[in-house]
Formats: sequence, C-alpha cells, structure tokens
Amino acid sequence: MATLTYRDALNHALREEMQRDPNVFLMGEEVGVYQGAYKVSRGLLDEFGPMRVVDTPITELGFAGVGVGAAMVGLRPVIEFMTWNFALLAVDQLVNSAAKMRYMSNGQVGVPAVFRGPGGSALQLASQHSQAFESWYAHIPGLKVVMPATPADAKGLLKSAIRDDNPVIFIEGEMLYNIKGEVPEGEHVVPLGRADIKRQGSDVTIICHSKSVGVSLKAAEQLANEDVDAEVLDLRTIRPMDTEAVLNSVAKTHRCVVVEEGWPFAGVGAQVVDTIQREVFDELDAPVLRVTGADVPMPYNKQLEKAAKSDPAKVVSAVNQVLYRD
Amino acid sequence: MASSAAPRSKTKSKGLDPARADEYRGWLRQMLLIRHFEEKAGEAYSLGKIGGFCHLYIGQEAVAVGSLAALGPDDYITCSYREHGHALARGISSQAVMAELFGKASGCTGGKGGSMHLFDASLGFLGGHGIVGGHIPLTTGMAFAAKYRGTSQVAVCYFGEAAVNNGAFHEALNMAALWKLPALYLCENNRYGMGTALERASALYDISERACSYDMANEVVDGQDVLTMNAAMERAVTRARNEKLPTLLEVRTYRFMGHSMSDPIHGHYRTREEVEGQRKRDPIAGWSQRLIADGLMDEDSVRSMDKNVLQEVEEAYQFADQAPDPAPEELYTHVYAGEEGER
Repeated sequence: MATLTYRDALNHALREEMQRDPNVFLMGEEVGVYQGAYKVSRGLLDEFGPMRVVDTPITELGFAGVGVGAAMVGLRPVIEFMTWNFALLAVDQLVNSAAKMRYMSNGQVGVPAVFRGPGGSALQLASQHSQAFESWYAHIPGLKVVMPATPADAKGLLKSAIRDDNPVIFIEGEMLYNIKGEVPEGEHVVPLGRADIKRQGSDVTIICHSKSVGVSLKAAEQLANEDVDAEVLDLRTIRPMDTEAVLNSVAKTHRCVVVEEGWPFAGVGAQVVDTIQREVFDELDAPVLRVTGADVPMPYNKQLEKAAKSDPAKVVSAVNQVLYRD
Repeated sequence: MASSAAPRSKTKSKGLDPARADEYRGWLRQMLLIRHFEEKAGEAYSLGKIGGFCHLYIGQEAVAVGSLAALGPDDYITCSYREHGHALARGISSQAVMAELFGKASGCTGGKGGSMHLFDASLGFLGGHGIVGGHIPLTTGMAFAAKYRGTSQVAVCYFGEAAVNNGAFHEALNMAALWKLPALYLCENNRYGMGTALERASALYDISERACSYDMANEVVDGQDVLTMNAAMERAVTRARNEKLPTLLEVRTYRFMGHSMSDPIHGHYRTREEVEGQRKRDPIAGWSQRLIADGLMDEDSVRSMDKNVLQEVEEAYQFADQAPDPAPEELYTHVYAGEEGER
C-alpha cells in the first residue's frame, strides 16, 4: 500500500478511470495547461491530450451545462469546479438539468456525470470563498452527494462516482488536499452510500463527514484521556445516507453528536437528527446535539474565523453535554 | 409590424423542384398537423384535460418543419418549452405527444414530463426544457460529444429570442465557437418574450449580429417560408457536419396565439392590428398556395390532406383521453439509475 496525499489519490482515481473508459473526460477551469488550480489534475493533459482534459473559460453555468449535455448522449464527464463557491453560478444546470433529466424523460435520458471540486473553508478566505454547500445538493432528489475525508476514500469514492450512472456532487475538502494516508493501489473502489467507522467506541457516537472527520477524531483522542470512548462515524456519502450504519451506532452508544462545517439551519445534521429521533428514539439517553459552523457569513479576521468554525474543543463540549458530564 | 419583416425568400421566383414533390407535400402535411394539433390542445386545455402550462406553436410551424427536414436521424435536438411542433415534426406520434399533454402513461415521457418536457431519445429528441436558455449549454455539450467521438452528428438547439439576453446563451455560443463544435443555434424570433417586445429587452435589434461576438457564422431567415427555412438550415447543417463549425440562425417568425393559454392573443403588449397583419403571412396558407401554383398539388388534394390530418388529430385526442394514468408506483421510478436508487 502506498502513502499518498488526498490530492494525489484523486489524481490516481482520475487517471485510472480515464485509462479504463475512453468516455471519461475532465473539463474545467485550469485543469489542463495549469495542471489544476489545486494540482489534482497534474499530468493528465500530457497523458490524455486536450480533447479529454479540457480547459474552459470562466463560465461555470456554461461548462456545467456542457457536461450535462455530453452525459445525456453517453459520455462520462468529470466537471471540475475550482471551488464549490463558484459553482453557485451553475446551480441551474445541476438542479434543473442534471438532477431532473432522468425523471422528466421517464428514464430515457440519464446524466452520468461527476461534478467535483473543493468545498468548505480554508484559511482567511472570507465570506465568498468559505462555504459548505452539501446540504443544498443533498436536498435535491436525483443527485448523489459524496464527501471523502481520507486519501483512501478520496480515491475509492471518486472511482465509484465516475462509474455511477447518476449525477454525483463530489465535494473535496480544500484543507484536506495535503493530508497523507495509505491508499490501496489499482482497483480500489469504495461504494457510494456506505458510511465508515473511523474509530470504534462505546460511549457516544460522533457523526461527521469530510474535514469534520479530522476534527472529530481529535476530539475523540482528547475524550479518551478523560476515559470517554467515542465512536467516530464518517458518513462519506451524504446522499444516499447510510442510515443503517448511523442507527446501529447510536443504538450501541445511546448518545450522539453530529458535527459539520456548514451552517446550522437545515444542515446535514438536521437530517441526521431527524432520522435518529424517528427510528431509535427509545435508544437515546440524551438529546442529540449538533456542532456546526457559526450562523454567519465567514469573517476574514483570524480570531473571528476561528470562532466561526467547528473545532475539537466544541465537539468535546457537546459530547460532555450528551454524557451529562458538565 | 414592418420592422419585424424578415428577408423574403430568394427562391420564390424559381419553380419548385419536382423531384422533391413528395417531400414538399410532406412539409405541408406536417405543418397542418402541428396547426390542428395545437388547436385541439388549446381546446383540451379549456376543458381541463391538459393542466399546467401550455405554450402553443401556431404561426411558427414552418420553422420546425423546414429546419428539422434538414437533419439526419442521428442528430441531436433540444428545444424550449414551446416544443409540441418540433416533437411532431421530428416524428414523435401525435398520439404520444397528445397523451403526454394529458399526463397519461402512454405519453412520450410517461406522463411525468408534460407539455414542457417532451422526449424521445430514439429520435435524438432530447427534451423540451423549461428554464429559458438553460438547454443552450446542453446542446453545446452534445455537439462536444459528437466531436469527441468523431461522428458526423450535429446538435441543434431551438430557443426564443428572449433567451439571447441570458448568460447561458453567451457562455454556450462562446464555447461552441472556441472549440469549433458542430452545433446549430436556431433562435425563433417571434418578437416577444412572454409580453416583452424584443426592442424592450435587447440592446441590439438584430440578434444574428450577436454571433459576431463569437466570430460565428450567422444568417437572418424568413421563418414564415418553409422552403427558405429549409435552405438556410441545410447551409448551417452542412457547415456543422463538414466544417465542424457552429451557426447562429435568427429566424424571424410570429406567434399567432398568446404566450400561454392564460395570455390573450392581443391586449397589453401587442395590438389586434399587428396580429392580424402578421396572420396575413400564414406559413401554411403560403406554402399550400405555392404548391398549387407550381402544380404539385391542387385544391382538392390540399383539402383532402387537411381532412386526413384532422382525422389523425381527433384520433390522437381520443387516444389520449382514453389512455390510463401512470400507475401510482411510477411516482418513485426513474429518480435514480440502478438498483441502489433511493426514494
């Protein structure tokens, strides 16, 4: 097993899928000559040429629509958004075209496309560049939403997303590109719709995804020093959600905290909590709590930004509350 | 309105080619079918048999018929939501289209799409689309796919003149020209985006000139003359197929009816005189007179064709009326592909 960065794991997935299937192509801003704004597509232009690694003008609505149209007639586009903040310009194509086409056409025309790029906040990029939009896309029937937290999952989930016959919203962590981890070589495929227990535990379940997985694991380490054994469950796919894994874990620990980077109102955690209270209400020994980003546009100032983000201390605090240890 | 007058046909002085007589008669039949189909759809709407929005194509028949006749069976077509006529001209049966308007299981999208979302993938008819301009980039993507695969297919996009003020139009045409794609953008300039006249929405009156921004071939076409329409379309299709270059066709036409069923034919935004003036250039009357004048048909055969079409439309209506609704479980089908599709 090789040790790879998250960035290179994505790169390997793209390369292997493009080698495997001539219908797969990559399109987006700076994916070719520039080698990718975040270097995820490094080397691909040289290997596959400009017809399969396509630099676009800055025209998110336009090239997202080009991807949907190409997918409607059988190609398998991977459309890169430089960040998901910019993809707001393409929401019409993602929601009105990609998500609806199969249903409106009564199954005649599908959209086997992946829309990918970094989401969430990085460091001091301020309001318009620091946003987590997974709950928006997860709201839409017809879309799948995938968010890997580790290099191995990044590779395995991207390969599955490319092979999936549905439009897949694939949100990478902008702060995760440099993290390293062991990644199986070659045919490593992680199925969509399956959560993963990143840390086994018995006292409380911390449910999280993407960058919040690292936050939650750090919180779990701190809690271990206080003799609290936390289970960390990484959703990996937001939609379809692995409700079975969620419910099994909560039924085991009887306490739960849901952590996410996004805003609290109608966030992913709200959906998780709804599922838990409906399905395993009697298993709960405490109300489920949520740790989210602050309900404000992201400020630029370093201290204010820190205050706006979820972090291990906030997760520890929430866990202490559901354990009634405060 | 004199200002909307399109350049008149240059071919009118010449006689019609007798070798194409069957094709020419077929165009008349298709236009009659669209006209009578739409009249019947309007009637069905008034009776509550068709719901939602219903945008009729009456007055613009020569555009769909003349242009679609220039395409091959493997080409791709997308349309706006005013697409009943294109669907019929491409060959979706009048029964399947009418049943779809009625929301029935035997409609061309099983009752799920309705008037605005007609599809038949087997004919390359890839949808009526409901967001103004939203399907223009899709068509660029289909043309991209044709180039990617090295096929000789072309992709054609039909949209109204109101869509050219939308960012999707600009982005899609820029990429098609930049990448030299076999795409054809056919703007049906019927003078009004809903109730807003072209000159109240676009700083540039001549839509064809917008192609200059993309260094793209362009042409202004008289959309009320089916032969002129067909000839212009053939030039554009040849450019796309042989030279792999896109074209913007500005087709000047006129909507004889309101924007949708809730919009009167004339009123706030256009006068009775204007509509009546435009109706004098009825594309169907013009073409049938031409066929008669050139001896390819006579009044009896036109009448008989008309009767035959009315019969077909009546049968489509009866078929749609009697067809079953989709089964309740259809609510959840085709949301996702594959077995893992969730509810």
